[in-house]
Amino acid sequence: MSNQLNVSISPHIRSRETTATVMADVIIALLPSVIVGVWVFGARAFAITMLSVTTCVASEYIYEKLLKKPITVTDLSAVVTGLILAVNLYSTAPWWLPVLGGAFAIIVVKMLYGGIGQNFMNPALAARCFLLLSFSRIMTDYPTLDGVSSPTPLVLAKQGEIVPIRDLLLGTHSGTIGETSAIAIIIGAVYLCAKGVIKPREPLAVILSTGVFVTFFSVIQGKPVTLNYLAVQMLGGGMLLGAVFMASDYATTPVTPWGQVIFGCCVGFITALIRCVGNGVEGVSYAIIISNLLTPAIEKLTVPRPFGVKKEGGGK
Amino acid sequence: MKQNTPAERLYNGIIRENPTFVLMLGMCPTLAVTTSAINGVGMGLSTCAVLMMSNLIISLLRKFIPDRVRMPAYIVVVASFVTVVELLMQAYVRSVYTALGLYIPLIVVNCIILGRAESYAGKNPPIASFFDGLGMGLGFTLALTVIGAVRELLGSGEIFGIHVMPEGFEPVSIMVMAPGAFFVLSVLTALQNKFKAPSATNKGDKFCSGACAGCMQKDCGLRERSDEE
Repeated sequence: MSNQLNVSISPHIRSRETTATVMADVIIALLPSVIVGVWVFGARAFAITMLSVTTCVASEYIYEKLLKKPITVTDLSAVVTGLILAVNLYSTAPWWLPVLGGAFAIIVVKMLYGGIGQNFMNPALAARCFLLLSFSRIMTDYPTLDGVSSPTPLVLAKQGEIVPIRDLLLGTHSGTIGETSAIAIIIGAVYLCAKGVIKPREPLAVILSTGVFVTFFSVIQGKPVTLNYLAVQMLGGGMLLGAVFMASDYATTPVTPWGQVIFGCCVGFITALIRCVGNGVEGVSYAIIISNLLTPAIEKLTVPRPFGVKKEGGGK
Repeated sequence: MKQNTPAERLYNGIIRENPTFVLMLGMCPTLAVTTSAINGVGMGLSTCAVLMMSNLIISLLRKFIPDRVRMPAYIVVVASFVTVVELLMQAYVRSVYTALGLYIPLIVVNCIILGRAESYAGKNPPIASFFDGLGMGLGFTLALTVIGAVRELLGSGEIFGIHVMPEGFEPVSIMVMAPGAFFVLSVLTALQNKFKAPSATNKGDKFCSGACAGCMQKDCGLRERSDEE
C-alpha cells in the first residue's frame, strides 16, 4: 500500500484508523467464535487455529523476504486470513491441512496478485475451496461430540430432521471450529458494526436473501418450508461466519452501499441454489468466491453520482 | 545453426519455438487432456503424426493451392489425417482413445497445425516442412508429458500409472481437475522466465529467444533480418 500515492486537495481529514487497527478489530471479533470452538471441540481446535495463523504469517514473511519486498506482516492481515481459514476447518483435520491451506491462501491467492488489497478473491475462502476440492474426504469428516458422531445441522435439515435452535445458538453441535455458535458470531458482528469496521447491511443482505431464496426454491420444488428449516439455513453451517467476516472483506467486495447489498443478494442466491437445487449441503464459501468475481461488475453498475453532476445520458 | 536443415527444425520445434512453452499455442488440449502423463504422450504423439503428414502434403501442394482458398484446402488435408489417426487409435490404443475422447477430432482445429501450415509448410520445401512438423510435434509431446506427469504425480501420486509417492501422501485431487492445469502451466512459465529460458513473456533483445513467430516485439531488427533472408 505504501507505494500508492494519493494527491488530493485540502482540507484533509486524518484518521487514526490504520490497516492494523482494522485487522485487530476483526481478530477481536473472531475471538468469541474461536473460544467457543475450542470449548466445544477441545485442544485440537486450538492447535489447528494456531497452526493456520502461524503458517499464514510465516508464508507472507518468507515470500516478502525472498522477493526482497517490504515486510507487511505487522498489518495483521495475514493473522486474520489464518484465523478465518482455521474457523472454516474441522478440528479433525490432520496437521498439514491448515499448513497447506495457509500457504496457498497467502502465496497463491494474496501475494501473487500483489499483496494486501490487490487480491480479487478472499484468500482464506479460496484456500478452503482448494482444500475442499482436493481432499473432500478429510474436509467433510465432521468431528464427534461426546463420543457420538453426528452430522452437521445442515445435513440433518437436508434429511428433513428438526434441529434444536438452542444448539445452533450455543454451538453445541458438530461443525467447523468457528461456525457452530451463532451467538458468538453475532457478538463479533455487533462489535464490528459498533466500531464501524463493517456496515450491518452487508451481513444482513446475505442472510435475509438466503432466507428468501431458500423459501423460493423450496416452494418451486414443492417442499414444505418450516420455520425450523429456515432458521437452520440462515444460522447453520458457514452462513453467519461467511456473512459477517467474509462477505464484508474490504478488498474483495464492492465499496458502494448498493453494491454491497447486491453482492449480499448474489451470495444468498448462489448459496440457496447450491443448498436447495444442487447436491451440496454447504455452499456459502463457493457463493462468496463466485460473487467476489462479480465485484468489479457490481461496482461499475453502482458508481455513485458525484454531487452537482447531472445524470449521465444524452451524450457526454 | 544453418536455417531449414532437419536438425535445425527439430531444435527449433522442441526448444527454441516450443509450441506450448514459447508460442503458447494449442492451449485447449494442453489444459484439458494433461490429467496424466500417458494422456499427454497420447495427445502429443497423435498431434505430432498429424502435424508431420499435413506439413509434408501441404508443402508438396503449396504451388497448386491458390492463395485465396488456402485455409479450406489446409483444413481438408488436416482433417483427413486426423480421421486416419483417430481410426488407428480406436483400433490399436483403445484406452488412450477413450481417455482423450472428443479431443482427438478437435486436433483438426489445433492452432499449432494450422499455424505451421500457414507460417512454414506453405512457404518451404517438403523435407524441411516434414521435419518442422516432427520438431513441433515432439516439442508439443514433451510439453504435454511434462505437464501431465507433474499433475499426475501431485494429483494421484503416480507417474505413468506407477505409484511413486510414499504411503502417507494424500493426493491433491485439484491438480487433476481444471485448475491444476493452470497452476502447473503458470508455474512452469514462471520458472522459464526465472531462468531466462525461451518463453512467451521474455521480450526485448536481452530476452530474445530468436522465436519471431511468438514474439510481440514490433520494432525488433531481428524480424526484418529474418524476413530478408
